[in-house]
Amino acid sequence: MLTLSRILVSGAARVPAAAAVAASQSGATTITRFNSTAAQQQEKPKKTKFGPLADEDRIFTNLYGRHDWRLKGALSRGDWYKTKEILLKGVDWILNEVKTSGLRGRGGAGFPTGMKWGFMNKPSDGRPKYLVVNADEGEPGTCKDREIMRHDPHKLVEGCLVAGRAMGARAAYIYIRGEFYNESSNLQVAINEAYAAGLIGKNACDSGYDFDVFVMRGAGAYICGEETALIESIEGKQGKPRLKPPFPADVGVFGCPTTVANVETVSVAPTICRRGGSWFVGLGRERNSGTKLFNISGHVNTPCTVEEEMSIPLKELIERHAGGVRGGWDNLLCVIPGGSSTPLIPRHVCDDVLMDFDGLIQAQTGLGTAALIVMDKSTDVIRAIARLIEFYKHESCGQCTPCREGVDWMNNMMWRFVKGDAREAEIDMIWEISKQIEGHTICALGDGAAWPVQGLIRHFRPVMESRIAEFKQKQQARA
Amino acid sequence: MFLSRAICAAVSQSARQVRSLHRSAVRAGAGGIFVHRDTPDNNPDTPFEFTPENMKRIEAIILNYPEGHKAAATIPVLDVAQRQHGWLPISAMNKVAEVLEIAPMRVYEVATFYTMFMRQPVGKYHIQICTTTPCMLCDSDSILAAIQNKLGIKVGQTTPDKLFTLSEVECLGACVNAPMVQINDNYYEDLNTADIEQILDELKAGKVPPPGPRNGRFSCEPAGGLTSLTGPPPGPGFGVRSDL
Repeated sequence: MLTLSRILVSGAARVPAAAAVAASQSGATTITRFNSTAAQQQEKPKKTKFGPLADEDRIFTNLYGRHDWRLKGALSRGDWYKTKEILLKGVDWILNEVKTSGLRGRGGAGFPTGMKWGFMNKPSDGRPKYLVVNADEGEPGTCKDREIMRHDPHKLVEGCLVAGRAMGARAAYIYIRGEFYNESSNLQVAINEAYAAGLIGKNACDSGYDFDVFVMRGAGAYICGEETALIESIEGKQGKPRLKPPFPADVGVFGCPTTVANVETVSVAPTICRRGGSWFVGLGRERNSGTKLFNISGHVNTPCTVEEEMSIPLKELIERHAGGVRGGWDNLLCVIPGGSSTPLIPRHVCDDVLMDFDGLIQAQTGLGTAALIVMDKSTDVIRAIARLIEFYKHESCGQCTPCREGVDWMNNMMWRFVKGDAREAEIDMIWEISKQIEGHTICALGDGAAWPVQGLIRHFRPVMESRIAEFKQKQQARA
Repeated sequence: MFLSRAICAAVSQSARQVRSLHRSAVRAGAGGIFVHRDTPDNNPDTPFEFTPENMKRIEAIILNYPEGHKAAATIPVLDVAQRQHGWLPISAMNKVAEVLEIAPMRVYEVATFYTMFMRQPVGKYHIQICTTTPCMLCDSDSILAAIQNKLGIKVGQTTPDKLFTLSEVECLGACVNAPMVQINDNYYEDLNTADIEQILDELKAGKVPPPGPRNGRFSCEPAGGLTSLTGPPPGPGFGVRSDL
């Protein structure tokens, strides 16, 4: 077989997807046009298969706590390596790396991190800037930050330093939920070790940059996971969210410019800077790049936390790491893919949906915190959703009427739906109530309460109607 | 005349729909009713003073926050007070307000908002069971029933020997280790009914069992064996870019 092979002087060979590669046995290059700019660029064929992640691409190497979590162990696993060089590269370099990596917030909203941290990149007006790390992990289904804080706390501490440098922050406050006492204790030990080794504090890592890290324990309020409520809580008040604008980047904690970031987002920043944003962006689909910690709970054989590539198919994630659905894939009823605030998806959607932001938005749900709650056919799905609405009712701060009254109202109705003690028109009524709550509240807790109800009605309305019919029958039989 | 009859009719119509106080359930906020009622144990004169050790802790906590923002220390200092006394009588809240130089109402606001602040006496071991959906799917109902049967108390009650208080709480953030309970500061995870009974027995005997999963696994790894991170972790410098 004849292949025209030309050795390119600069740039790598452009290898079109299937074409003539098969023809050459020695891996010689195919014809390329020297005029096209594509020939100069490093072009890789677009990835179509995502996950399983190779261990060498995993960031959280001590996720399961099998190795030493203290400074010595962290150093041996590559934390705090060349941090000084990263800090000396400067604000713009770090922000550029994070932007290139395509990292999106891992706390549930998925806002592009590079852009968010860039909002703080403005000249100081005399007020110090702060980084606040949101370790108030309370979303039902989510337990990923806990593992970072107790098994790999140095990743978080280093992340605070690197992220703080990128923002020009004076100090970081890590707000950890009060129930995580042992986790906060590990974290405080790690911070003390870092101070003792000169890695943070005055002249952090010998770079001339001063940076402090403080741990603040919360006291049991899910709403304090909302960024402005978290800021209120740090200031020593009730955790009632503020209206935005003004945004935290203008007026935040103690009235100073603040960025509130999730633990996972902050913890992966040093590794991105070390290994390059281009490595991170090579994992996952476009605009949904990198790795993510997934929590798989509920009716699976081996519930676990695992770090996997973004855009991995849902089915593969569950079958490979969580031992598959209890009773086999056919026994699956539905999955809540991103923590309780995301609507559930039924079996036929789960068959081929990809676990990333865009894929799940297309399925009318969201990635959220990537906390999968798997339910099999034995589940009373109405009761499961009713319990979630009860959770939101308890956790509502009570500031704004749609949430305080509306969620309580939805809760009462949901428990009647569990019994079937309702009329069919009330299904449309609760849909309308949820629509009146969604988007009309000060913070997103209202949305978070409305979406599960909408997901239930969208996919399981027949179950609700049959429950109502059964109850009516029983009533009539008794009468 | 007619107008007043119309008003009477309207009032009685709505009165029929209003539930009388004695029939409504007391609106239970976090940790009990919102209003404070003086009792012999819990009144502004209940003795409460911080120990010198705790005062040192409080001073260190205050230093975490910028000058002039002592109020930010309200939550941690209330936690110190609760750890010292076991729960928070109103005099403790007043003391916190005094130490932090803020109005007592600010402390009451915080103490009533957050669920971990107990404003009623609590037993030595506060059993908090999570019954939110991920735990409910893994049968937290039977764990709750087992605790209730073993201790003979219902949710919200304390055993007569003041050893155990049982509460039902919202998601504790250990969902892959469901079902689980939190007892004081420790999480006991991956429970079945036999496990929780054993834990309660050990607590009664005065030993605090070690926290963590009870089904043999160490933390959050898949119970059937590792599916990731199977080899030793790479060392420093692995994959690091060359221009650093």
